[in-house]
Amino acid sequence: MSSPMTPGIAAARLPQETLAENFDDLHAAFAPHEAAVAADRCYFCHDAPCVTACPTDIDIPLFIRQISTGTPEAAAKTIFDQNILGGMCARVCPTEDLCEQACVRELAEGKPVEIGRLQRHATDTLMAKQRHPYDRAPVTGKKVAVVGAGPAGLACAHRLAMHGHDVTIYDAEAKAGGLNEFGIAAYKSTDDFAAREVDWLLGIGGIEIKPGMRLGDELTMESLTHCFDAVFLGVGLGGVNALRSEGEDKDGVRDAVDFIKDLRQTGDLAALPVGRDVVVIGGGMTAVDAAVQSKLLGAQNVTIAYRRGRDAMGASRYEQDLATSKGVRLMFNAQPVAIHGNGAVREIELEYTTDGGSGLKGTGETVRLAADQVFKAIGQTLTTDGGLELEGRKIAVTTTGRTSRAGVWAGGDCASGGDDLTVTAVAEGRDAAMDIHTFLMG
Amino acid sequence: MADLTTDFLGIKSPNPFWLASAPPTDKEYNVRRAFEAGWGGVVWKTLGSEGPPVVNVNGPRYGAIYGADRRLLGLNNIELITDRPLETNLAEITRVKADYPDRAMIVSIMVPCEEQAWKDILPRIAATGADGIELNFGCPHGMSERGMGAAVGQVPEYIEMVTRWCKQYYDKPVIVKLTPNITDVRKPAAAAMRGGADAVSLINTINSITSVNLDTMSPEPSIDGKGSHGGYCGPAVKPIAMSMVSEIARNPETHGLPISGIGGITTWRDAAEFISLGAGNVQVCTAAMTYGFKIVQEMVSGLSQWMDEKGYTSVEEVVGRAVPNVTDWQYLNLNYVAKAKINQDDCIKCGRCYAACEDTSHQAIAMSEDRTFTVIDEECVACNLCVDVCPVEDCITMEAMAPGEIDPRTGKVVEKEYANWTTHPNNPGAVAAE
Repeated sequence: MSSPMTPGIAAARLPQETLAENFDDLHAAFAPHEAAVAADRCYFCHDAPCVTACPTDIDIPLFIRQISTGTPEAAAKTIFDQNILGGMCARVCPTEDLCEQACVRELAEGKPVEIGRLQRHATDTLMAKQRHPYDRAPVTGKKVAVVGAGPAGLACAHRLAMHGHDVTIYDAEAKAGGLNEFGIAAYKSTDDFAAREVDWLLGIGGIEIKPGMRLGDELTMESLTHCFDAVFLGVGLGGVNALRSEGEDKDGVRDAVDFIKDLRQTGDLAALPVGRDVVVIGGGMTAVDAAVQSKLLGAQNVTIAYRRGRDAMGASRYEQDLATSKGVRLMFNAQPVAIHGNGAVREIELEYTTDGGSGLKGTGETVRLAADQVFKAIGQTLTTDGGLELEGRKIAVTTTGRTSRAGVWAGGDCASGGDDLTVTAVAEGRDAAMDIHTFLMG
Repeated sequence: MADLTTDFLGIKSPNPFWLASAPPTDKEYNVRRAFEAGWGGVVWKTLGSEGPPVVNVNGPRYGAIYGADRRLLGLNNIELITDRPLETNLAEITRVKADYPDRAMIVSIMVPCEEQAWKDILPRIAATGADGIELNFGCPHGMSERGMGAAVGQVPEYIEMVTRWCKQYYDKPVIVKLTPNITDVRKPAAAAMRGGADAVSLINTINSITSVNLDTMSPEPSIDGKGSHGGYCGPAVKPIAMSMVSEIARNPETHGLPISGIGGITTWRDAAEFISLGAGNVQVCTAAMTYGFKIVQEMVSGLSQWMDEKGYTSVEEVVGRAVPNVTDWQYLNLNYVAKAKINQDDCIKCGRCYAACEDTSHQAIAMSEDRTFTVIDEECVACNLCVDVCPVEDCITMEAMAPGEIDPRTGKVVEKEYANWTTHPNNPGAVAAE
């Protein structure tokens, strides 16, 4: 067995027990007593700020009151009415930037009501004890294609199916779930939750999933619009931005999303190789997820190098603190200029940056960090635009998800507007479904 | 540190905090622990006549009402008087009193409404050396079905009669414990006074069902699927108890009759409030049953600190201080005008004041886009609901308007002079001010 000190990229740096502990639930589920105590703290605010802060507008005070009166199942229904992926969102939402940041008790005491964990308590309770809680409306005979089985596509499909439409979901991967299945840190979605949630969601009926079908390859916009009454694109961002640094092609330099995907799909964490000296380039959630998990797998030194200052970092302060608490070093104002090594990466050279108000500039001063593995996490890009008009680098959509092509909607990370968050994707998929429904029922 | 020594009916105790007659005072073991913890006195759990003792149920005796975080706000019980032999209790009382001569030892009694029954038990209690007796005319469950407890307390003539027997056959102070399960507490208090009672103590517990088990459709506490009303106590009953204490304190017929205040006293502040309304000392039960005997230490330190801050040197100085300010509604000053004021620095923007006022009151709070809540003086009637629902203490306050200012709600000048309903022009029975 290797150890954190083993040079190069090596598997089994930590014993199985340690790995199991490291990748256990980041926030364990509330026991009923804990949930009762946490729920008691909610003030049942008027026109509550937490609801305003939630991209899916979940009636948070109501569901917390339902928990506190002993009906977590009713609470879950309140959540699912707005957000059918409320179970995953309870696990992955950056609540510290959304509902919990807005909580009046954050203002009052610096300690918000633990909305995310309460949401998980409610949704877990219902999902554990009840069949799918919604019934389909009578079948309309309308057929809708959804491309992408991620949060946006699943939310859209569920809402459409509920209204009686028949939905076919196409996904490029062999498994449904999108980033819920392949992209989120393992300790946020334990026990195969993403897959279980998809199964549960499909309990509505009327949804068929066709895996291994990629838009642009097996699927074309022409055939989709021809065969279906409406099309929703929730294809996400399939590409990864390049570093555009010298030596980027050396061994040991990888896309962070691929590393995270491997982590999520592996049956044996000890079999996953990771470097001794890992450097992650980027400042978003993907960078943090890759860095933290590298550390948890047993990397000796893990550094996140971000080209701007802390305040500009895409990952929340909470995520930054999570990273540092696990032993990850955060390095600000440093951008990669070269990757050195003979075949495989040995060092990464970073240039310090400064922003005097007229844009980010390199100072000319560089520093080298030992690195046997470099993860690129500097953003993802749209790979399939389906010939639709773009806004910036994303598919241009209206507030209800309509694209430039009649009968085609889009939502989630691939579409313009909103943050690239699971919860935002769910909201966009849901809202597009309602617009499609209106359109179809004319 | 203020001297908390209390002289109630000539019975001295190091502080005004007595444990009420209840489970905590049922036996020597508990009472010794209570005295060690610092309680000023105890009223021993009610004794019955000689002979086979009563029996209690063998299932739950208590039911509860909770606030947030499962804080116990109200407790009810269906326990009866002591279920231990009379001789055992008398022997224990004698021993404990001998060992703690500086503490008050009162014995609660409940025997049938026959002169002989009282004549029999009183000398035996006198022999224990206890400082006085308390007549349990309040217990609302079980014993009342047998013509004792509240069944006596609800008939002023019986109260007077039994009290007179006790004064005749017992030469130490007699305290009559009153039931709140009546319409006008002044009547039984006056009856006790006529019978020669040295003091009244109140309130005993209130008829109550704390909850219903919705699976078995049985009231709680439930005994094999059935429930019976119990006696309610704890913080939830404090407002009822204080009103009753104040009624007796300000009633000309009973004014000056010593009162031992009981009902939901949980902190030093509760005790100070009872004392200000006319109680010469207080009795505590539920707080001890919830937190243990140690809470008396907070009561002692708190009352003492407050008295020091206010410059009171004895408990007696505080007794009845608020009584002159308890009045009838008709004498309240209708020229007094206040307005709610929201301190924006303290506001946490929960909007509960807004929801309460907008939905259920006077639409007197405005809410802006950025959740700033402000009082609309033109609509505010100073009802205080916003203050009551605000989670932050003192964030919303009621500010009195100065005489001469114009009340934006009525357009009228705030008058300096006091004027009440009895002279108000809208009152058909108004009498002209002299």
